Amino acid sequence: MAATAAQATPPAPEAAKAPRRRWVELVLVVVAVAIAAYGYADVGYNLDGKVPADTLRYGLSLGALALIAHLCVRLRAAYADPLLLPIAVLLNGLGLVVIYRLDRATPGNSSAPSQLIWSTIGVLLFSAVVLLLRDYRILQRYAYVLAFATLLLMIVPIFLPSVYGAKIWIKIGPLSFQPGELAKIALAIFFAAYLAVHRDALALTGRKVWKLELPRGRNLGPIVVIWLASAAILFLEQDLGTLLIFFGLFVIMLYVATGRTGWIAVGLLMVGLAVVPVALWEPHVHVRFVDWLDPMRTIHQGKGPSQLAQSLFSFAAGGMLGTGLGLGHSYLIGFAMKSDWILATFGEELGLVGLAALFLLYAILVVRGYRTGRLLRDPFGRLLAIGLATLLALQVFVVAGGVTDLIPLTGMTMPFLAQGGSSLVTNWILIALLVKLSDAARRPEPPVPLIVAPTPDSPGRAVRAEGADPAQRGHSAGDGRDEGPDGEETQAVPQP
Amino acid sequence: MSRTGRRAGLFCLALVLLLLLNCTRLQVFQAKSLNDDAANQRSVIARYSQPRGNILVAGRTVTGSKQTGGIYAYQRTYTDGPLYAPVTGFSSQTYGNTLVEGVENDVLTGQDSRLSTRPLWDEISRASVPGGNVFTTINSKAQQAAFQGLGSKRGAVAALDPATGRILALASTPSYDPNGITGTGPATTADWTRLNADSTQPMLNRALRQTYPPGSTFKVVTLAAALQTGLYSGIDVPTDSPNPYTPKDTDHALTNESASDACLNATLEYALQVSCNTVFGKVGVDVGAKNMVKTAEAFGFNQTGQTVPVGVVKSNFDADLTSEAFLALSSIGQYDTAATPLEMAEVAAAVADNGVLMQPRLLDKVTRSDGSTVQTFGDKQFGRPVSADVAAEIQQAMVNVVENGTGTNAQISGAIVGGKTGTAQNGVGNSGTPYAWFISYAKPSASAASPVAVAVVIEDSNANRADISGGGLAAPIAKAVMQAVLNS
Repeated sequence: MAATAAQATPPAPEAAKAPRRRWVELVLVVVAVAIAAYGYADVGYNLDGKVPADTLRYGLSLGALALIAHLCVRLRAAYADPLLLPIAVLLNGLGLVVIYRLDRATPGNSSAPSQLIWSTIGVLLFSAVVLLLRDYRILQRYAYVLAFATLLLMIVPIFLPSVYGAKIWIKIGPLSFQPGELAKIALAIFFAAYLAVHRDALALTGRKVWKLELPRGRNLGPIVVIWLASAAILFLEQDLGTLLIFFGLFVIMLYVATGRTGWIAVGLLMVGLAVVPVALWEPHVHVRFVDWLDPMRTIHQGKGPSQLAQSLFSFAAGGMLGTGLGLGHSYLIGFAMKSDWILATFGEELGLVGLAALFLLYAILVVRGYRTGRLLRDPFGRLLAIGLATLLALQVFVVAGGVTDLIPLTGMTMPFLAQGGSSLVTNWILIALLVKLSDAARRPEPPVPLIVAPTPDSPGRAVRAEGADPAQRGHSAGDGRDEGPDGEETQAVPQP
Repeated sequence: MSRTGRRAGLFCLALVLLLLLNCTRLQVFQAKSLNDDAANQRSVIARYSQPRGNILVAGRTVTGSKQTGGIYAYQRTYTDGPLYAPVTGFSSQTYGNTLVEGVENDVLTGQDSRLSTRPLWDEISRASVPGGNVFTTINSKAQQAAFQGLGSKRGAVAALDPATGRILALASTPSYDPNGITGTGPATTADWTRLNADSTQPMLNRALRQTYPPGSTFKVVTLAAALQTGLYSGIDVPTDSPNPYTPKDTDHALTNESASDACLNATLEYALQVSCNTVFGKVGVDVGAKNMVKTAEAFGFNQTGQTVPVGVVKSNFDADLTSEAFLALSSIGQYDTAATPLEMAEVAAAVADNGVLMQPRLLDKVTRSDGSTVQTFGDKQFGRPVSADVAAEIQQAMVNVVENGTGTNAQISGAIVGGKTGTAQNGVGNSGTPYAWFISYAKPSASAASPVAVAVVIEDSNANRADISGGGLAAPIAKAVMQAVLNS
């Protein structure tokens, strides 16, 4: 396999030791497409008693999309982690299957075709990122631009009419888009870029007030400002889920960068301070808190089961092994069954076993993201990989926890599975970035040095990173250290 | 960053683990209570997910199922809705199930565990077992005769096979078509509302669920008590009874319908033939409250929770009578005495079956969809209210009623028919329209067993009051039903 792969690109001397695993990826992609096609056939068989005639066409179109993505990875990210793309393809394919299955329960309202279009756009954007983003470290240069563009994008819906109780959509004709989805990635990039530069200052300097060591305002300032701004916007838009994810991302990245456990306490405190008043007084959110505490409340009131109760009924009906695709009744959830609640259909029709497999897929993505972070040596890449993986993990937790009554419902979408273009496209971009990061992490030769524009905060250091110390070449505009305060991994980087 | 990164990663994995634990809680530990929640529609959806098993009359199905295209996939249909509604009841997606549809719901939906031929596999694979079939004891000819006889009149018929207790006919008019209320939606709701608002109560099963004062038909019970207790040794012994009769604790005299009847000290046979109130009022008092209650209860009165297996309401004979006046009235089927048509059919059946009362039953057997039998309903004896000798005496008196008395309208040529008419007072001071009763049995020859006993009640407010009598209105219907059974 390694020999065949070697024919594709002229082998570097180190390449023999660092397998690229592209054929593994291809085989897994084919398996993923086959599983999705089987699911599609199963839905048809269970509902109509025969395999749908277009199963092959469905499999081939999904396969073609996956193949394009795979070829792009081969071309521009040959050393990328071979698990990322197949899992994304599998999740997207399963999502399409379940949306198609739910379409069958809602005649006259089919979402699978548009989801297929969004999948295509997602894969094309994935390919574009893999092909065009030569070096992920370029993103560091645009961190501030991205942050402000994000804020701008998120402000727009505030002035638009609210859709289903939340002002998070931009609607242009038949197309609607949630800028908040893309903002997650932009914010992760911004956090990574900022923390890569300032983590030492945040970790080591500061004033001691009573028993707390507070970082200096000018170090923490910009990040808190950006964060507060986005939180305020989210608050106004009443999108608690995104707020929660931003918050979690912020706290975890700060902790990873600085190693100060105090951040976790501060983070939890701030979450509490933000959530309690909203939970108490904001009607849209308050209802969800009350439902969380007693999901059967509406039944006792004689108003029939709420969506959350219906979702719990779905999970229970699935039991260990599930009813089989197409044989459940999760459509009783009604509104948003294909987006926010799609996990209930998985729970009912694939059972606990199916859910465990699904969570495992996400867990692998997260673990691979973190692994990429560990392998990368520049703080920006490392933080970005960890941030993106965290983003996935938090999103899965917030959504799945919401529909299973573990935490209050927030109205978010399950990555790759749920109906919704913005979410799907965003997650494909997220995977593309992880693919690029893992390619850099696993590539045997050190990354090509990058000319980094001086960031406003550390012009001197950027200069030093460029040329003053050859041992530090290949590192981003960091502060010249490999490691954070915990001081591990100080190995030298080989020269190109 | 390595150590903190690792910790953050572990935190993310802990979140996933938490999700899995929570799903385990829902899908394993709380699954049963969530599945059984009354608000969870799944059990209802499952119930209607396949064609319902059928209810059969005389080997032919009187029900069916049709696809709805909705989430409740199948809906019940009835081939002869109004004719068999008092037997089948209805199975409605909106309003639930009644009568046989109700009591045998688990069998008909396939949920009864006995229907599964491979229980463990069906449990694991969650395979749905097709609904079973329920065979009734109804004789279709008798049922049709009962409905034709009742026609547009308000009333009920219950017919029994005395030897087995099998219910041969169960009619209640006006009836209704259950087809109109089996589904969901506005049309179903409208029909339901209409049926419930109807003052004639078409959905009331008068044969099982409505009691009426049995009037003179109850004199058969009083006669049985008089003979069984030995108060009189036979039906041809003159009684000690004045005309009119005034019980000692009242000044209201008990009189007879016709002053020309020779009821003074009449024999029991003659008293039954012309239906002397004075004789049976006095006999009841002489027998005593205790023995009257005992005999009535032996015939099935005061029985709570009776099922056939459809529930039957309690027929009443007051157990705490101390006043002779009320005991006298009760003994001629007035005052608080109240009986369902089924109960009066039981009285006739016990007499016809030589004193043995079999428990009435509506069902013969339950089968799987492939026809194999799951359960057979056997004959059960309820009791022996009178000895065979006493039963023979009563039979003679009842035959005399049909041959020479008030029940001549029930005569069937070539058969032996015994009967008793009743015209029960209704309302305070007899202000309501009286109920016309007739109870009877018939057998093809003197030595043969009786294949049929029947009770008919008419509560027809439209009939001319003078025309209302058990013999005039009810006896012809009983005759038609008995003929249908004798000929089948």
